[in-house]
Amino acid sequence: MEERYQLNKELAQMLKGGVIMDVTTPEQAVIAEEAGACAVMALERIPADIRAAGGVSRMSDPAMIRSIQEAVSIPVMAKCRIGHFAEAQILEAIEIDYIDESEVLSPADDVYHVDKRKFKVPFVCGARDLGEALRRIAEGASMIRTKGEPGTGDIVQAVRHMRKMNSQIRHAVSLSEDELYEEAKRLEVPYELLKQVHDNGRLPVVNFAAGGVATPADAALMMQLGAEGVFVGSGIFKSGDPVKRASAIVQAVTNYNDAKLLAELSAGLGEAMVGINENEIKLIMEERGK
Amino acid sequence: MRIGVLAVQGAFAEHINKLRQLGIEGFEIRKAEDIKEKFDGLILPGGESTSMRKLLNELGLLEPLKAMIKGGMPVFGTCAGMILLAKEISGGGTPCFGTLDITVKRNAYGRQLGSFRCVEKFADREIEMPFIRAPYAVNADENVTVLAEHDNKIVAVRQGSQLAAAFHPELTEDTAVYEYFLEMIGKV
Repeated sequence: MEERYQLNKELAQMLKGGVIMDVTTPEQAVIAEEAGACAVMALERIPADIRAAGGVSRMSDPAMIRSIQEAVSIPVMAKCRIGHFAEAQILEAIEIDYIDESEVLSPADDVYHVDKRKFKVPFVCGARDLGEALRRIAEGASMIRTKGEPGTGDIVQAVRHMRKMNSQIRHAVSLSEDELYEEAKRLEVPYELLKQVHDNGRLPVVNFAAGGVATPADAALMMQLGAEGVFVGSGIFKSGDPVKRASAIVQAVTNYNDAKLLAELSAGLGEAMVGINENEIKLIMEERGK
Repeated sequence: MRIGVLAVQGAFAEHINKLRQLGIEGFEIRKAEDIKEKFDGLILPGGESTSMRKLLNELGLLEPLKAMIKGGMPVFGTCAGMILLAKEISGGGTPCFGTLDITVKRNAYGRQLGSFRCVEKFADREIEMPFIRAPYAVNADENVTVLAEHDNKIVAVRQGSQLAAAFHPELTEDTAVYEYFLEMIGKV
């Protein structure tokens, strides 16, 4: 199982510097692949529509996920509800490349997350801070992403989560070894994982940005803040010109430091998704699964 | 010696770290400007080949790098990098540089559940090989030397100044494949 976990962390390494796009149909998956996505997330409804529709939101129909697996050659991810290990088992049975145990769906368990070490397929989980990230890694996640606030087109939460995580990592690095025990207790995380953060100055797994990315500038912002790649959910297929926007965001992630190129990429993209501000939303998805 | 590592997407940082361990300067190639200064070798890392091909095109890197490879610039491709070099892609798919006379099969071992590690001989040395959603070569022309096989499938080849591996030496402690590549550069 150790070797499997290593291979799963390494698949995340291959995704670095890339954009993972939410898609709801095989046609969208093909558009995403042609635009240069390094993976797609197959789901029935993108977060903005989940938010609009309300009600309980669950794992997508395996037939729909399969149709997307058949349409593209890049890795295909899919979401299960927090704590819903049976949904995860089903996704493993259809040989999904990555499971996102996601706060975007309605949580199935308000205490426990999925014991991800029991699975051969890799998991990515959302986190708002170092504590959440290391708890998910302890449970077996081989990739982390910021939670952000999905389906809003508002980047503020993703920025908050990335900055907090980075600041906590810097703090962990600054601590002396004997202080790490207390910090592990305070963060409610295993000492060994915190020690790895202390020694390497980074999370033990790849860390992407997610939640609210809507423009090439948003993607560049998250990359400059230290994200190793970007998830784009509603931002692409809720916009006026998905093909152009998808391709621009992919290029923005590669050359996130080149403001001149970013200016070109940001020009004439058509309408961005209509966003919702923090104080306008009732359902706060980031609070799910701590 | 300076080695350029294609850094448009994928596991390029791992290659640069590996080069640093060997005392060699690796630099990132993200756009056309980055290849203006002279360099001695090129590494094409693992990642998603479709994504890299798209970016190579859009960033104006495809043609100049292809000309360099054709002109004898030593190049080393791992996993997606091997696909970028291949002349033909089994089952269709657009070749990228198309300078290496092999036919490559993408995702040849299936999805992530098919990823594995093994120990095999690479040019007479036993090394660890991680395969991650890896390709293999379904055939290689006569002018191509096979350097490694796994389960009778071709997983590493050399043709003149081009070296390609379906696995990821950048994810192991062993440096045999890098030493082999550096020797190739030394002889140019």
